[in-house]
This record gives sequence, C-alpha cells and structure tokens, in this order.
Amino acid sequence: MQASVINIKSIRNDFPILKRKVHKDKPLIYFDNAATTQKPIQVIDAISNYYLNYNSNIHRAVHQLAEEATAAYELTRDKVAKFINIKNREEIIFVRGTTEAINLVAYSWGRQNVQKDDIVVTTEYEHHSNIVPWQLLTKEKGAKLEYIGVDDNGELILDQLDAYLDTGRVKLVTFSQMSNVLGTISKSEEIIKKCHQKGVRVLVDAAQSVPHIKVDLQKLDCDFFAFSAHKMLGPTGVGVLWARKDLLESMVPFNGGGDMIREVHKYETTWNDLPFKFEAGTPNIADVIGFSAALDYLDKIGMDKVREHEVELTKYALEQISAVKGIKLYGTPDITKRGGVISFNLGDIHPHDLATIIDEDGVAIRSGHHCAQVLMERLDVSATSRASFYIYNTKEEIDVFIRSLNRARELFRI
Amino acid sequence: MSSADIYREIILDYYRNPRNYGKIENPDISKKDSNPLCGDELEMHINLKDNKISDVKFTGKGCAISQASASMLTELIMDKDFEFVKELTKEDVLENLGLHDLGPARIKCALLSLKVLKYGIYSYVSEKLKDTASADKIKEEASGLF
Repeated sequence: MQASVINIKSIRNDFPILKRKVHKDKPLIYFDNAATTQKPIQVIDAISNYYLNYNSNIHRAVHQLAEEATAAYELTRDKVAKFINIKNREEIIFVRGTTEAINLVAYSWGRQNVQKDDIVVTTEYEHHSNIVPWQLLTKEKGAKLEYIGVDDNGELILDQLDAYLDTGRVKLVTFSQMSNVLGTISKSEEIIKKCHQKGVRVLVDAAQSVPHIKVDLQKLDCDFFAFSAHKMLGPTGVGVLWARKDLLESMVPFNGGGDMIREVHKYETTWNDLPFKFEAGTPNIADVIGFSAALDYLDKIGMDKVREHEVELTKYALEQISAVKGIKLYGTPDITKRGGVISFNLGDIHPHDLATIIDEDGVAIRSGHHCAQVLMERLDVSATSRASFYIYNTKEEIDVFIRSLNRARELFRI
Repeated sequence: MSSADIYREIILDYYRNPRNYGKIENPDISKKDSNPLCGDELEMHINLKDNKISDVKFTGKGCAISQASASMLTELIMDKDFEFVKELTKEDVLENLGLHDLGPARIKCALLSLKVLKYGIYSYVSEKLKDTASADKIKEEASGLF
C-alpha cells in the first residue's frame, strides 16, 4: 500500500464489501463513488443497532424507546449543522435525497416566488435533478429557464451569468458546487456574491461537493443548499435541505400530513415550527441515524485529509490515463479546480462496451450520460465513461484500472 | 459470456462498418426507440413489396452490441416474407448474433433493434392493415422484450 495522507489500510478494513470478489476471483475495485459510495461497518452497525435495540417512532410517544430514537435522530441534525457549519439546527430539513430537496424548493418557494416572464438560471453541467424541476416550474408559470454555458476546459462561463442578472428578471440561480461528470469545482462564492448584489436567490446542489471537500455555509452564504447521505458513506434515502430560516418560514409546506402540523381543524391547519413543518410523515429514522455514523467517520478522518487523498489519487490517475493510446479526457487538467472524477472516452469504444470489459477485471466504473444529457450535448458525445474515487481507493487499484483499459483497447484493436 | 467472446471480429466489423445504415424516403414502416437507461437510439425504415421486405435501413447511436445487432438484423430480414419477420423471436436474433448468456443489462442492447422492428410492424399491422388481433399479439411480444 502506498504512503498516504490517511491510514488507508485501517480505512479499507472498515468496509466489509471491499473484501468481496467479483467475477469469481477478482478483488472489487470500486470507482463509481460519484453514483454512491460504499458504507463502513460503523454505519451498518448504527442502523442495525437501531432496529435491534430501540426501534420506535419519533417525536410523539413518551416511552423510553421513542425517547432514545428521537434523541438519536435529532443528534444527527446537530452533527449536520456542525459539518456544514451553520448556526441554526432548525434550518436542517431531512429529505430523501438531493433530488427531493431541489423539488421541495421548486414546488414550495418556486411556486410562491417565480412568476410569468421571470428567469431561473441553471448551468449546462447540471444533473437532471437540477434541470427538470425548474423546467416543470418555469413551464407552469410561463417563466424562462436559462443556462450558464460550459467552456472547453469544463468551467462555467460566468460572463453569461452577468448578462442574465443584468436583465433584472432573474429570481433564482441554481448550480452544482461540483460537476458529477467533469468534476469541475464551481466558483461558488463568486457566483453567490454576484447574485446577492442583485438580490437574487441562490441554490447550491452540493451532492458531489459535500462528500469530498470541506464546506462552510457561513462563508459560502447561499440561500438553499442540498446534498445526499449516500454519496458520503451514509445510507440511501436520506438527504439534507438547508435553507435560511427566514426563507423556510415564508415558504408553504411541500408535503402535508403528520408531524408537520400544530393544530388541525376541519378546514384549516396551522404549521409546526421548523424543521418539522417540512418533515411530514414518519421520516427515514434508521437511515438518518446511520447517517450520523457516516458524519462521525468523515469527521474523524477530517475533510481536508479526504480532499488531499483524492487530489493525490486523481493526479496519479490523470498522469497514467493520459498515456493510454486513444484516450480522450473531459474537464480541466488543473487539479486544484476539480474533484476526484475523471470522465473519458477510449477510441471508438462505446462507454457501455468499455464498462463491460473492465468490469471483468473487477473494476466498477459508470458509463452513460450520467443524468447530464444537456452536458453530453455540449460535449458533443452520446456518453462517457467515468471513474470516481473516494477515501478507500488506492494507486494500486488505479494501476489495475489502467491495465484493464489497455486490455479493452487491444480487444477493440485500437 | 466473456468480453473476448462478445467483441469478436464480426461484431466489431458490423459496429464500425454497419450494413444497411441510412434512411429510406417515405418508408412503409418507420419506427424509432431508445433505451432510457443508457441512451442508445435506433430508428428503422422498411419498405414492403408483394408481402416481402423489399428494403430496410437503420440509423442510430450506441454501443457495439446494439449497433451490430441492428445491422445484422436488417440483413436477416432483407427480402424475407412479412410473415417470417412477424414471427421472428429474440432467440432468433441472439442466435444470429452469436451472443448467448448476456447479462440483464447488456441483453437490452442486443434486443433494442428487435424491439424497434416489432413496434414498427405493430403500427403497420394495426394502422394500415387494420388487423387488430394480429397487432395485439405483436404488441404483447414487443413489450415483453425487456
């Protein structure tokens, strides 16, 4: 194992799945972390401990199990607040994932605030989850959806943002802090500052950034912020929407039901306080508690170390992959401007064929449009292959990956 | 099935030099479909004469399996009786490709062309021939493909 900024051997030991073999005898090399990460035993244990020892519904009952479950669930909220550095814990809304968080904003805040001829600005490198909710909203309202373009280095063309803001009709700018395809890290603070100077609200899709780089929301100063637990060692089915208190208070609930009410009468209802106003129904208690263990795990390593490890891996991978004959890489070569995501094509091998071939060597990568068809159109490709790294990946695994790419190249006679 | 068995010379040849690639003006049958999971796209144009496939062409983009499969399917049905094409099964298509035991994800690539063909025939049979009974059977087959 290479010398590393983190104790890679002990980390790998915490992930039971990394011990399994695929295709009979090949060690699993998991490079599909931008889609979802693996889970350490600490997270799996936290979930099973809840079901084994204190499973119960939260917030209402007064028995001991309910009190323990409520405490564990609410403790996660405190940990999230600390992790992203915000002051008010009640601004953290637990949802199913980033997609639901964005939809919540589009349906609630969007319907109240976006009117005919207003503009919502997104970017060409968004995931479909940060495009489709805005298409639905703007079509319903007769508003316009505009895009900040992506340059040949895979970076946003911010002059275009200025032009949109100058119209005076922009209500919201929404962008991902890190592209799930190119790995580009957006100039978030600059974008947010420009928007706020014009009184425009900003949503940050942080699904790819929070798991990989340290974020400080007090410094970032956006209005809405969304991310998912499962891309940062946590379980599926848990996500976070953070929004400024005054905004959340002005918004109508997204789902109506239990837990989000203060008083229900036959024809009218008053809302519960934040955050419960936006958490109708029994939430995903077990997985929120599992998420707590994931946050502890990342905290213990330290997000600066996580980033450092990924920079080291990505630098090495970029060097190695550049030497593969016929390779085409997408995104900026500047490592300070990108995360641990490498999108590429190899000769005329379609990404699905490539992924099939290297899967035989135990290497799991993603192939396809990565839910970013607008970006695929911009890059003028129908699909790419994507390798994405996390804390448990090693340079040795990258070596296997490169050998496997060369085997695919030979098979296709490139 | 290992990738060395899948990506044989013949599959790569049909992928890189697809036979019957292109479009037909005002075809008797025209159908387009895509696989939303991977984005593979395929469009097929067919002309019929005296109850035979007198011409067939396809366009599309996607992986080697989907594109080679489409091209080899056009060769398989060219000049054949319409009845033969109506009865074509997925086993026939896989046999023709020489692909067996493909995984659940990749078998969709191999059968996309048959799906497009079946839906094309369905539209023709129901809209132009008004043969509802026959059309329903073809539609059921097509929808069961993946």
